[in-house]
Amino acid sequence: MDQFRGKALSWEVSAGVIELALHREPCNEIGSLALDELEKFADALSGMARQAHALIVHSTLKAGFCAGADLRELYQRSHEMEKAQAVAGVRDFLERIHRVLNTIDGAPLTTIAAVHGVTFGGGFELALVCDLIIADKMARFCFPELRLGLIPGFGGIPRLKRDLGNGVVRDLLLTGRSFNATRAHAVGLVSQLVAEGEALRAARATAVQLGKFDRRTAIAAKKFIKPIPHHELKQEIDLFCQLFVEPAVEAGLRKFVESTELQPYLP
Amino acid sequence: MMTTEEQTLNEILTLAAQHFKVSRDKLKPDEDFFKTLNIDSLQALDLLTRLENHFHVEMPDYELQGVTDFRTLASRIQARL
Repeated sequence: MDQFRGKALSWEVSAGVIELALHREPCNEIGSLALDELEKFADALSGMARQAHALIVHSTLKAGFCAGADLRELYQRSHEMEKAQAVAGVRDFLERIHRVLNTIDGAPLTTIAAVHGVTFGGGFELALVCDLIIADKMARFCFPELRLGLIPGFGGIPRLKRDLGNGVVRDLLLTGRSFNATRAHAVGLVSQLVAEGEALRAARATAVQLGKFDRRTAIAAKKFIKPIPHHELKQEIDLFCQLFVEPAVEAGLRKFVESTELQPYLP
Repeated sequence: MMTTEEQTLNEILTLAAQHFKVSRDKLKPDEDFFKTLNIDSLQALDLLTRLENHFHVEMPDYELQGVTDFRTLASRIQARL
């Protein structure tokens, strides 16, 4: 399927480049709808990848790339069922999103996340599965999960460890703070830092460059340099599910969802 | 020469007025900027990023906890210069 127009995302292939556009208001929160469509994308990716040399993932929304998991949906659904059933539901969701992200992570073409604005939690994790992150100066990265009594559950810790020094990973994870694209570039997370609004243009220019190289060689090089940490990813799911039953999570989710303050995204 | 806190405050007010397209006179140093600018936390993070880029500092967002006026914000940024 070379083209798809969904409610949460769309994609198309042109001149050897697949563009996956996220567009679910307010900020591409990843809930069941987005997951269904991401699974469709992952299923179509191997076919499309035969005729493409690059994938660009980006958002068309002003607010940013992706604010992470749909916490409102998570809270609502976990309240509708017994705890054990809720945890089973969470595990199922995590295993499904991991399959999608592992597919993109190991895809036989070079992948680029073109990010701006809020790139938090699951959104950060989506960017991290890509080979390159190109960020405009207004991008902000964060793992806020500890604020909810959780850890990142979409593979963020193993993938961040893959890319950065442990000190930076500890800072992000244990303080729950966000940092800007300039800092992200300084520590090596972001490969190109561009002016506001220019990330997609820069990603497209990079994709043209990628098209000049032998595809098989590029795939072999990527496989060599970018192992997928399967064992740690499974451990992350287990730990997330263990933490999910703790009272801190209920309290954290309730605070986020029920807050009428203007400041739910601030720590 | 070291920027004073008053200069920092003035720069913040000017930047906020330009970005949120309000009159500079409307922004008072000691008033709640969430209410004055009618912004939410995502827009506040946007402002934070602009301020970090402008002053070439890094501001952990937890340092903004409870900060709702420009004067206190200026003080936090000044501490990083």
